[in-house]
Amino acid sequence: MPDGAALGGVSPQMVEAAVREVLGTMNGDLTVKEAALLAELEALGRTVRRAKAEIAALSPQDLGASHIPAASDELDAVVSHTATATNEILDVCEGLERLQAGLTGAAAEALGTAVTRIYEACSFQDVTGQRIAKVVTALKTIEARINAVQTGFSPALPVAAAPPPPPPAGRTEGERLANGPQLPGAGVSQDEIDRLLASFD
Amino acid sequence: MDKNLNVLIVDDYKTMLRIIRNLLKQLDFDNVDEASDGAEALAKLRAGNFGLVISDWNMAPMTGLDLLKEVRADTRLNKTPFIMITAESKTENVVAAKQAGVSNYIVKPFNAETLREKIEKVLGNA
Repeated sequence: MPDGAALGGVSPQMVEAAVREVLGTMNGDLTVKEAALLAELEALGRTVRRAKAEIAALSPQDLGASHIPAASDELDAVVSHTATATNEILDVCEGLERLQAGLTGAAAEALGTAVTRIYEACSFQDVTGQRIAKVVTALKTIEARINAVQTGFSPALPVAAAPPPPPPAGRTEGERLANGPQLPGAGVSQDEIDRLLASFD
Repeated sequence: MDKNLNVLIVDDYKTMLRIIRNLLKQLDFDNVDEASDGAEALAKLRAGNFGLVISDWNMAPMTGLDLLKEVRADTRLNKTPFIMITAESKTENVVAAKQAGVSNYIVKPFNAETLREKIEKVLGNA
């Protein structure tokens, strides 16, 4: 279903009004062409009415005003809770490292190796946090699109929030290339990065 | 390899700063300072004397790549070894970083051995 922008600035209300106006000018017997045009216009009118009903049934004002912000808040809470848990794990690891200083030989080495592995595993929190931030951005984009459709088809419905502004034009190369973690298989591995860097030497 | 040199780690995730600091400590690097974005890092670099920068990419108000470019454009800092540690793993990111003068590039999540290996390589003790 096209949104307001896809209609080139022509609102569904304007289309409906045009259909009614054309129908009002048609009197007497219709030619084949006029009948075909009439049928198409009637179909267009039905499509517009159905679209309006479908959008109303979606309750876009609830999605934009409540559901999506609530989902964003939940994801923010996930990031916050995992950060807290990760820092508690790090607290324990640092305590273990202090204990390690009093050990010698294989025990000290085993403890050191275990702590290192925990540090490595804890870096998940950074990557998952960035992934969740990408999801929140996607949700906000969906919210903006819903608001645009809602404004175009159902002007009587309250608009939940203004769409997010487009990215500033003067972004640096670093900002343009900052896209967050790639999905598995979409980025290059450390080995491939090493080979790529070596190819410059 | 001089393990008494000053290391600046730059990341907007406090937890990641803590993890990298602890991993550096295990490698006997004790002189570690932190910054939470490129702008803060640049100010610390210009005010201090650092022998190694380990930076994330995705930060505001200044990204790691933009920090790297500033460092390479600064006549006092331009020889400072600079390792990027980031979740940005597209080829174009690696190429952009290399063209900007990055010393090495580590993709997150990473392990301690990779960090040790890259540090040794950029500090000339491979």
